[in-house]
Parts: sequence; C-alpha cells; structure tokens
Amino acid sequence: MRVAVIGAGVVGALLARELCRYEAEVLLFEREADVGWGVTKANSGIVHAGFHDRPGTACARFCVSGNALFPEVCRELDVPFRPTGAYVVALSFRERAVLDELRAQGEENRVPGLAIVAGDEVLSREPNVNPEVAAALWAPTVGITEPWALAIAAVENACANGLELHLAEEIVGIEVARGRVRTAVTSRGRYPVDAVVNAAGLFADQVAAMAGLAELRLVPRRGEYVLLDKAAGGLVRSVLFPVPSPRSKGILVLPTVDGGVLLGPTAEDLPSAAKGAMETTAGGIAAVLAGARRLVPRVDPALAIKAFAGLRPEPPGSDFVVGETPVRGFYQAAGMRSPGLTAAPAVARWLAVEIAADLALPPKGSVNPIRRGIPRTADLAPEEWEALIARDPRYGRVVCQCNHVTEGEIVEAIRRGARTLDGIKFRTRAGFGRCQGAFCTDRILQVLARELGTRPEEIGARGPSAPLVVGRVRP
Amino acid sequence: MTAHQVEVLVVGGGAAGMAAAAAAAREGARTLLVERDARLGGVLDQCIHPGFGLHRYREELTGPEFAHRLVGEVAACGAEVWTGCTVLEVRPDGPRVRVAGEAGLVEVRPRAVVWATGARERPFGTLLISGTRPAGIYTAGLAQRLVNVHGFLPGRRAIILGSGDIGLIMARRLHLEGVEVVAVVELRPFPGGLLRNVVQCLEDFGIPLLLRHTVAQVHGRDRLSGVTVVEVDDMGRPIPGTETLVEADTLILSVGLIPEAEGIPFVPLDQVNRGPRVDSRFRTEVPWLFVAGNALTVFDLVDAVAQVGEEAGACAARHARGELPRRRPIPLVRGDNVLHLVPTALDPEAPATLYLRVPRPLAVARVEIGPGVLVRNHRGVRPAEMVAVKLPLEAMRELARLPEVEVRVVSG
Repeated sequence: MRVAVIGAGVVGALLARELCRYEAEVLLFEREADVGWGVTKANSGIVHAGFHDRPGTACARFCVSGNALFPEVCRELDVPFRPTGAYVVALSFRERAVLDELRAQGEENRVPGLAIVAGDEVLSREPNVNPEVAAALWAPTVGITEPWALAIAAVENACANGLELHLAEEIVGIEVARGRVRTAVTSRGRYPVDAVVNAAGLFADQVAAMAGLAELRLVPRRGEYVLLDKAAGGLVRSVLFPVPSPRSKGILVLPTVDGGVLLGPTAEDLPSAAKGAMETTAGGIAAVLAGARRLVPRVDPALAIKAFAGLRPEPPGSDFVVGETPVRGFYQAAGMRSPGLTAAPAVARWLAVEIAADLALPPKGSVNPIRRGIPRTADLAPEEWEALIARDPRYGRVVCQCNHVTEGEIVEAIRRGARTLDGIKFRTRAGFGRCQGAFCTDRILQVLARELGTRPEEIGARGPSAPLVVGRVRP
Repeated sequence: MTAHQVEVLVVGGGAAGMAAAAAAAREGARTLLVERDARLGGVLDQCIHPGFGLHRYREELTGPEFAHRLVGEVAACGAEVWTGCTVLEVRPDGPRVRVAGEAGLVEVRPRAVVWATGARERPFGTLLISGTRPAGIYTAGLAQRLVNVHGFLPGRRAIILGSGDIGLIMARRLHLEGVEVVAVVELRPFPGGLLRNVVQCLEDFGIPLLLRHTVAQVHGRDRLSGVTVVEVDDMGRPIPGTETLVEADTLILSVGLIPEAEGIPFVPLDQVNRGPRVDSRFRTEVPWLFVAGNALTVFDLVDAVAQVGEEAGACAARHARGELPRRRPIPLVRGDNVLHLVPTALDPEAPATLYLRVPRPLAVARVEIGPGVLVRNHRGVRPAEMVAVKLPLEAMRELARLPEVEVRVVSG
C-alpha cells in the first residue's frame, strides 16, 4: 500500500511520522526546498490550551487533545517545548466579563486548570503587564515551541522509520477514477497511490480542486510580527493575550524558546490570489507595536531585531477541514488556522489511525519514535562539549558568534539535509542572533559550498532562486 | 576543562587587541591574545583601501598592511596568541574566562582582561523597514568581506542605505567591480562618513548622495527586486507622495555600528557611546577589566584605536602587577554639543586624551574643559569627525580639584 502526504509543514510532517508506524510505503511531497517553510515558519509558536475555540468544533477537539500530546511528542523528537502558561489580560471591567465566558468555553472543551486571577496577582507574576490590569484568565497548559523545529524533527524521525521524502517536488494533479484516488502527479513524475492526504497549508484548496473537490476555499490571513532581542528577555514569563475579538486572538506578547520576546500577530484577510504576500507593512508593524504596548507598556521598539509576516489559511466557517472526503482514499488536514500547530499531533495521530483502518494497514514490527537533535554545544555541559570536540574538532570552531553555533553543528545540519542558508538557520539558529548573520553569513556559505561540493554562487538563502552571491570580482 | 593562568588576557585580535597585547607583553606581563577568526587582523583584513597609519606609522597603508605591522609587534613582544578561539563567557568571580577552540574548552584565569572585541553592524531587521525578506540585503561590512576577502560579487545593481564610512567605501569598491551603484541614501541632512570619503568614493565616480531620504520598503520574493525610496521631513518621517521605486538586486546597509560588549554584561554601559564606561586608563568600574577600541565607541581612525589599545594594554599589565590601584575617578559630564565621549571619567594621576563627537557641525569651534581649566581651539567640527583633545598632567592636577569635569564644544 502506498500513501502520499502533500505538504511538509508541521501537520504533514507529523502525519508522515504517524503513518510510518504502519506497514505502508509513505511518500511526503513538498514543493519548497526544505521542510516547514510555509505556514509553519511564521506563526506564534504557541501550544494553545483550547479555551479560545467554540465547543464542538474540530478546532476545540484537536486543540485540547493536541495540547495534551505536545510534551511527549517534543520529548521524543528532542524539540524545545516550554510550559509557560498564559494569561488573557482584561484591562477594564467590560473586558473582565469576557474572561468568564472564555473560562466557561474552555471548561466545556475540557481545558484543565483554568482560573480567573485578580489584577494584583497577575502583576506579582508578570510585573511588566499594564498596571491597569483588572483581572486575567490563567491557563496553565499553554506552552511555547519552535514549529519549524518540530516539522524538521518529525521528518527526520519519519525518514528513520522508512519515509520517502520528496523535496522541491510540486503536486500538479490528482487522478481519481470510479470515486477513488489513483495517482498523484508531480512536477517530476506519476505515483500510483492508495491514499493521498492533503496537508498543503495555504494551497490545500488548490490541491483539493485537483481531486475534484472545488468547495474548499481558503483565505490567506496575514499576520505580522516583531521579534525583540534577548535583551528584552525578562519582559514576560508567560504568554500574554488580550481579550479576543470575534475574529482573532489579538496581538500577543510572549517569550520565545531561545530567550527573545515575540509581538504579534495582526490578522488581515487578503485576496485568495495573494498567497505569496509575505511582506510586512508599515501599518502592520505599527499596529503590532501599539497592541503589544497596550498589554506591556515597557515594550521597547529599539530592541526589535526583526519584523516578519506569515500567512495562515483561513477556512470557511473558521474550522479545520479534517478527515475523509467524498473521494475515497483522499483525506484532508486543511484550513489549519490557529490552533493548527497545537492540533497537529492529534490530527496526525487520528488521521493515521483512520487511514490505517481504511486500508487495513498492519502496524510495523519495530518503530523507533526517538529522534535526537543536532547537539547544541552552547547548551551542553562542558564535559559533553569537550567530548564532542575530541571526536570532531569542528565542534570547537564557533561560527555564529551571537548564538555560539559551531561548525560541527552546521556540518551536521547539512548531513541531515540543509542545503540553503535558511536550512542552516532553522536547524541550528546560526544567524538568528542579534547580528542577524552579519558576521557568519559568508562563513556558513563557505561551509555549505565545501560540504556540498558546489560553488557558493549555487547556494541561496532559500534555494537557487535566492542566490547570495552572483559572481566573482575581476581576476 | 583545562585551566590556564595568565597575567593579561586580551579578547579580540583586531587593531585594539593586537596593540594592547603587544603593550602588555612589553610591560613584562604574561599575555594571552584570543581571536575568534583563523588569523589576527579583525576588520582591517577586509579594508583593502589605503588611508590607514598616517598618524601611527607616518605612512599611508592599506588595512591589511596596517594589520601586518601590528602582527609583527605581537610576534616580537612574546605574547601568546590563540586564533580560532572564541570567548564564551567572562565570569566576574576570579575572573575566569571560558574559551572554546579546536583543542577543547579552556578556563583562562587572568589577573586583568582587555576587552577589544570591536563593534558589530546594526542589522536590517532593527530598522523595521516594511516589505518582503528577500536575499540580497547585506550590511556593508558583510558585503565588504564577501568582495574583498572571498572575491564574490553580492549583486549587479546596488543601492546603499546610510552614508557611514564603510557604506561610502563600498559604493566605490562595488562601482570599480562593475556593479551599478544607483545611489547612497541618507536619512540625515548631512553625510554620516568622513568628508574625504564623500569626495573620493562618491563624487569622484558620480554616485549620487540622496540626503534626507530613506528606504521605506523592500520588494522581491526570493532575491531583492527593488526598494521604495522616500523623502523624509525634519523628524526623519517619510513624506507621503515622495515615494520612488528604485530597481536594485542588492541593498547595502551602513546604518551604524554598535560597540560589542555583550560578553561583559556586568559592566555598566554609557548610554550614548553604547560601550562600557571607562576612566582615562580605559578601566571599567570592574578594577581588572579594561576596554579598548571600537568596543568603547566607534572611532574614525585605526591609529587612535591602536593608541587606545596600547594604553589599555599597558595599564592592564600594571594592574596585574598590583601597580595601578584604583582611585576614585573624576566623572566627565557632557556639556553643550558633545555626543560620544571617551573616556567617561578621568584618572588624575596621568595625562589623558579625550575622544569626542559633536551632534552639530560648527565652522569654528572651541573645546572647553573644566569649566575654566582648559580651552582648545579647533578648526571646524563635524558629526562625522571625532575630535581628540590631549590633557597634560598639569591640567589633570587642576581638574582633580573639581567634583566633576564638564566638556563642551562651543562656537568661536
């Protein structure tokens, strides 16, 4: 039996990993040059509790069950996860009333541990929050992670359990005959399949249409963010939400796993043709800063190290489209809006069980659920780091001076599949620090060229269409 | 982790660090110089243009030539040199300094430390310019390293934001390599770099300098395709309706350098200089820690950087021998028209040199120190040009009687 997963974002990656627990040939197709470069790359990285979601929706169900799976999945895959907890901050008496509704909704969704806390208690735990805080909803099960790291790790682990990964290969057609999916057609070839899962993120509506399902329409919703330097790191300990609007969770202030502070996102619906509109806007950045300062007045724009934007797929009815379809063998994990990241482990597990049942796939005899990350020398005990250097001296050569990433880590990232500057960044954090690559970009480029046996002109930021250097100086 | 005892540890093998290590070793201190790159030289290695050394060596040298002289001084003085080694952490107890290199991790236990890590470039992200995030956006220093050290061209058609010296020099360098340099764009009404660089790097090659302009937006999905340039008002805010789309595949930023003091977070920084506060011996408020060069504030001339390094290295050696007790230094305060100022306090026991920068240009200027102790006439002063003022020992004796010393730059 052969199952094709379309899209190597966090959903497709975790699903591929779950499918590899069964006796089947699993193929994962991704049109980008690397894993996790779509919706996965630019979102808040929050593992939500599930109190924001309307009871009875797929969002609510998979968010709460995904949240429960997160610590274990991150432990197995060696991905950072920090249970920070979250406050929904009410700044007025009127906003205070919404907290009760959120708590009731959360309790109906079976979110554990929700409590309403008084303003002074919030201030004692989060001293930088707006002193006008009237009260807050405390959600202890909220956490933070690195979504791209999770996607990369899940694919690595799936590959170790038999996944066939097809990067830079785009789905161009899905052939259906007698109500059943038969063939996945890609930019490189034709693959007879027994099942296809559409996890194509922003482009899931186009993939659905290929299978003859024209009713799915996704709206690209842009979210702009501002990232603050580690110097702002102590600003907040937990995730801070404003009281939500009917459309979105609002502009948040939250810690990141590597010690910075993230502000955002905005929520701006774009025309469906604008699926490449990853640009930030002056208005968006201003709105992020204003929204963040409303929650935490001490947010200092001078500590910003970058602004970025991401697009989320907004489905009809604002709920996930998950499960089987009228086309037999064609499944979807589409419209994975927020809390899509949180839901991903649960959606992956549930869908894999469904597909395995439909295709009568037996479980594999032996599956290794454990994946070890690239050693992060900066976090190691001195003896462990020394042992690494003794084995390979390149672990003693620090290339990224901001995050103390060594050449050994970069070489290991290349061995695991990094082919571009961004591929190195997302795997090692080299170039993610406060100098944003001013010191290490040329050095990483040299290591990439050397290890891949190619010329630096062939290596791009995100692939060959984004070259970093275009030629040589006069001889 | 092995331990290594030295008297003076110098962190950073650029001009300041090499001069400091040579001076400390000449004072007789057991000296170790640690450099993260594979060889000594720091940023000098990529500055292949001439204009270095007129003060120190009374010759016009290129950056690598200047570095070569200092490498010779370091070799001659007997200081130990570790290249390819990165200082991970300076622990103020001891002090103990953790260093990583191919040979493993070492805990260096020095009696004095000279911090000479230079400055880092302000990156694109901090400007919060809207638009896409394509390849083709470089800080000037990175572009300079790509071109001058590795021999690569970063692009075919470049626009430069910020008129700092490296930006101006890169405009000329790229032009000479056949890259079309569309313009240098500067937010302020005056150029950020030295006048001689404006003339020799832009005017001589017909490269336009757009003052009171900035880049408002960048375009391009994978590689940069262009930028929106806009005029700004007196507050530096974009004036609506003045936007022009400029096609370019490369955006080079020369928008400021920030002293690198991340590794010594326990010393207080001067809010204007953005480097540690030091007295006129280049000693911080931590008695064993000295700071030299661009890690203090960004200097114009490497000659001054080496001079400061030498002084800091010699003082660190004397501290290591117990010969430089810390007396309460006299604080320097900024009076009218003084922005960057190094040092930020005076040790009255020795002559000193003040390095300062003005926020406003003056055609004829007078530097007043005291009040009423010392007046130095100066031709013109410009924000881009650092002013150096020597304070002889006699003046220091008089200044020692004051609770604090004000420095101001006035017209006339």
